[in-house]
Amino acid sequence: MNLKLFNICVICAFFLGTVTFTNIASAQEKAADGTEKKFEPKETILEHISDSHSWPVLGNTTLPLPVILYTDKGLETFSSHQLSPEEGVSTIYHGTNYNYKLDGETVKVVDASGNVDEAATKKVMDFSITRNVACMFMAIAILLIVFLRVSASYKKRVGKAPKGLQSFMEPLILFVRDDIAQPNIGVKYARFMPLLLTIFFFILLNNLLGMVPFFPGGYNLTGNIAVTAVLSVIIFFVVNLNGNKHYWKHIFVPNPWWLFFIMIPVEIVGIFTKPIALMIRLFANITAGHILILSLISLIFIFKTVWVSPVSIVFVVFMDAIELLVAFLQAYIFTLLGALFIGMAIADHHEEHTEEVI
Amino acid sequence: MVLAQATAAVGVHGSLGGLGAGLAAIGAGIGIGQIGGKAVEAIARQPEAISKIQLNMIIAAALVEGVALFAVVVAAFF
Repeated sequence: MNLKLFNICVICAFFLGTVTFTNIASAQEKAADGTEKKFEPKETILEHISDSHSWPVLGNTTLPLPVILYTDKGLETFSSHQLSPEEGVSTIYHGTNYNYKLDGETVKVVDASGNVDEAATKKVMDFSITRNVACMFMAIAILLIVFLRVSASYKKRVGKAPKGLQSFMEPLILFVRDDIAQPNIGVKYARFMPLLLTIFFFILLNNLLGMVPFFPGGYNLTGNIAVTAVLSVIIFFVVNLNGNKHYWKHIFVPNPWWLFFIMIPVEIVGIFTKPIALMIRLFANITAGHILILSLISLIFIFKTVWVSPVSIVFVVFMDAIELLVAFLQAYIFTLLGALFIGMAIADHHEEHTEEVI
Repeated sequence: MVLAQATAAVGVHGSLGGLGAGLAAIGAGIGIGQIGGKAVEAIARQPEAISKIQLNMIIAAALVEGVALFAVVVAAFF
């Protein structure tokens, strides 16, 4: 009874604490600006979803990340601190080849007085280590550490029961093998297991870390269409390079020959739309989730009253639970559909007639 | 455009993109509602198969939601 009462008091204190904390935060924002700036929800949300050249650590402190530009006159590398010494201030950096200025989040070539030189900007290729890239490297490092340890402990503990990190990862790995790879690909699933495992855990880890609101997390990698495009291009190449004769026959030789004119274009478009659907599904789900949570938190700043906070925070807790489900589900669906396409590509002739193709 | 003039006269703030996203939400709602309804009926018929039915329901719901989100993405960016 005492413990239950204590728990209830702790939870109430936590919610009251969040309420007072938002009050303090809004007061600070007024003081920093001087005049009160109207809160623009669209701008704030877009800023949190898109990439940036520096990594925000806490409040206004940011870690400047390197800007790497490949111009037609050579490679240029400098710290993004030169382009933006403080939050919101953008200065012109005089590089060795051109002068650069930050416009939104893209680096543009300017002349000495600050006018953007469009023609030169088009020729500059931006290979910078932006926040998404840096966080992706961090996620890769985490994946490598975890899985190299797990595989080392499998080698060490041959025939014995799994222990520690190994026993935590084993159900997930067996889930990918027994529920995703084996039923959809068939007998030759072992060849594609590394690909499916990588895709599943990469998407899952990045989705989960994107939901963490403080320092190393809170980045929107799987909600960046370029990243999902690369993942679906990988699936595209694996499916089409492993397609056997029956796969190509199914596409180019329709069953009654007189359906030739309509079925072949439809099937060819189908080769491309399946990976494109994978790409857009993952991108839209994750980005929509982030936008939703940011909008609910922005409600507090739009109404400018502290009493909206409990309502908003309760909604955000529910949305976070749904987003957790979506993070797992989208990783599972991407991997499942990838396995399904690979299975369709390497299927044998007998299975083609008995199995229902989606 | 007639629609833009009509909305301007009435005083509705929005864009065709918002309208498109709203229609997509109707489609998603109907689709996922059907999936959920049939899944619940199937569970009522055969309660031992709950976990399989639930798994398939979630997969189908994610696929339908994917289609609705295509429409939202196209509405937002075009």
